[in-house]
Amino acid sequence: MKELLDFEAFREGPEAEGLVRRVRELVDGPTALMEVCGTHTVAIGRAGIRSLVPEELRLLSGPGCPVCVTPLGEIDQTIEAARRPDVTVATFGDMMRVPGSESSLERERAAGADVRVVTSALDAVKLASEEPSREIVFIGVGFETTSPTVAAALLEAERRDVPNVSVFPFFKLVPPALEFLVGVPDRALDGFLCPGHVSSIIGSNAYEPVAREAGIPCVVTGFEPLDILAGIVMLLEQVRDVRSGGAARVETQYSRAVRPEGNPTARSLLDETFDTADAEWRGIGAIPASGYVLSQDLMHRDAAAKLGIERPEPAEPEGCICGAIMLGRKLPGDCPLFGTDCTPRDPVGPCMVSSEGSCAAHFRYEHRRST
Amino acid sequence: MKSNDTITLAHGSGGRLMHELVEGLIARVLSNPVLDELDDAADVSGLVEPGRLAVTTDSFVVQPLFFPGGDIGTLAVAGTVNDLAVKGARPVALTLGLIVEEGLAVSDLERALRSVAETAKTAGVVVTAGDTKVVERGCLGGLVLNTAGLGFIPEGVELGAARVRDGDAVVISGTVGDHETAILVAREGFEIDETIESDCAPLHEIAATILTAAPGARAMRDPTRGGLATTLNELSARSGVGIEIEEAAVPVRREVRSVTDILGFDPLFMANEGKVVAVVPADEAERVVEALRTHDLGRDAAVIGRAGGPPGVTLRTRVGGARPLLMLEGVQLPRIC
Repeated sequence: MKELLDFEAFREGPEAEGLVRRVRELVDGPTALMEVCGTHTVAIGRAGIRSLVPEELRLLSGPGCPVCVTPLGEIDQTIEAARRPDVTVATFGDMMRVPGSESSLERERAAGADVRVVTSALDAVKLASEEPSREIVFIGVGFETTSPTVAAALLEAERRDVPNVSVFPFFKLVPPALEFLVGVPDRALDGFLCPGHVSSIIGSNAYEPVAREAGIPCVVTGFEPLDILAGIVMLLEQVRDVRSGGAARVETQYSRAVRPEGNPTARSLLDETFDTADAEWRGIGAIPASGYVLSQDLMHRDAAAKLGIERPEPAEPEGCICGAIMLGRKLPGDCPLFGTDCTPRDPVGPCMVSSEGSCAAHFRYEHRRST
Repeated sequence: MKSNDTITLAHGSGGRLMHELVEGLIARVLSNPVLDELDDAADVSGLVEPGRLAVTTDSFVVQPLFFPGGDIGTLAVAGTVNDLAVKGARPVALTLGLIVEEGLAVSDLERALRSVAETAKTAGVVVTAGDTKVVERGCLGGLVLNTAGLGFIPEGVELGAARVRDGDAVVISGTVGDHETAILVAREGFEIDETIESDCAPLHEIAATILTAAPGARAMRDPTRGGLATTLNELSARSGVGIEIEEAAVPVRREVRSVTDILGFDPLFMANEGKVVAVVPADEAERVVEALRTHDLGRDAAVIGRAGGPPGVTLRTRVGGARPLLMLEGVQLPRIC
């Protein structure tokens, strides 16, 4: 936050028109590209990119929204923690309104629970040292972008010997999800727009197995409308090559922030703090080696273990097709609940719950076109 | 610490301390001939003007009480004056209800009152009556202000959202998102290099400028909570006429854009406290913008779109796409990544 960033250069300019023209030239049949990043989902909607590309080009939103993929049982665990009188739950704002089986953090706060919105995991450590009689529980959701900052906060709590801060490590990992997605039957998927932020941590090399072994083109893309249009052009050029017998590869549109090997400091922080584990993705199911648990040395910071909160297995709402949407089999508009029984105000499924979810973004930015 | 440094429940008891607070501080700082009578009701007949009467009321709850570009006192007067001004009324009088929390520093109360007095003077309104209550600590964040505003609409001025017509132009008097971004930065303690100031200001002159330059003006609104997007949706819903806005034409300060980008907020949904959206006949639009730009509070004025088509608001994006611009749903929350 210290330095103000100037995004203008990536937002405007005559390039947009040229890129849109190039997209139209390149699409010569049904093509499906998937982004797996909530920020991409929102940026595509906000810039009205779907209104610019041919109908044959389907831009799908995969499991890229951290709130969407957090299982209901994990939400219920955070609510259970918030109900404890000596616990303060510290969370990113997105989690406040996410309904669990019967409540949400926002409702618990209104009922008297101590739930605070923070913008960094370090705020939780600060709260813990200011209020030593309370247990500060941070909800660790997100992908490789957010997990290093949480790792740094936990190590900071260790270094400063602040005992009363713990975390729910609900993080998810992107490359195992992509590898899982390419193996899903009946999915139509010609290429991945890979998330720029996540890739700045893990590096573009992380997608090599998806490109090489599964033969799906990958382009690491930034977040401004021009970045996204340029990423789509690069992906479409690869798709054309692959369709004429060429090999899929990993390319980086977002080279101003992403290196092939990623950020070694952040990666070593992650290695020091977490061990990889199988993880449950809401709407999708278990994906091998796609989540984190705290490393042995930090196990005492695990909120669920520290507070003795089991993970219940609640039933998912009936009729919701969020799973199929995140797997690329369906679009938000295909869901019979979309825009009627399921809206951002009264969401049924996870993709409508979060502002970065594919259904919420579709509702907010494209509803009028699809109805 | 002297016993009179902070507000205590005794200041609201109706006894001597309350008497000292009201007469020794509040009435002194806000002094004017009408208020100085200190009767149970004020005789405002000296303020009555020709025209139709306009009345409004508002409550002001803001954290922190003091922020870059303003404070709760400035906000209370400006907010009330602006509600009158965008109805085409000349604001003349205010009432001021103070709900003060036990524990507030008297110096903070005085500071807020001085802002009330100064802003009222700038806007040419008189604080005619007031009320003070003291409540227990911890329930309202220091200070809450409630106002009522009185103004007069001159003959010939007819403004209302329902008057918007196909082909009209939509004008904004300046950059959007400044107030809420300033509050957010002040509240969350973000460290940034540049200060983002609230645009909090009375807009009686801006409104008058618009009405002079565009005698045919259809509607004016001040896009406060819910921001520009919500105001445009209200205008469209009331009139039954669609509105199309050019994203690139909407003025947004670079520093506001940076902060909102990082947090995942949209400046189009962020509250303003010193801006007017005006819908005017297309042939009067350029004249309005030129006139506004001669005023300090209207330097960044711009035509941002036009009315027409089926109800709803459409945004033409910078890359040439089109999408619906809906009302704000709930509150904006900082995103995870």
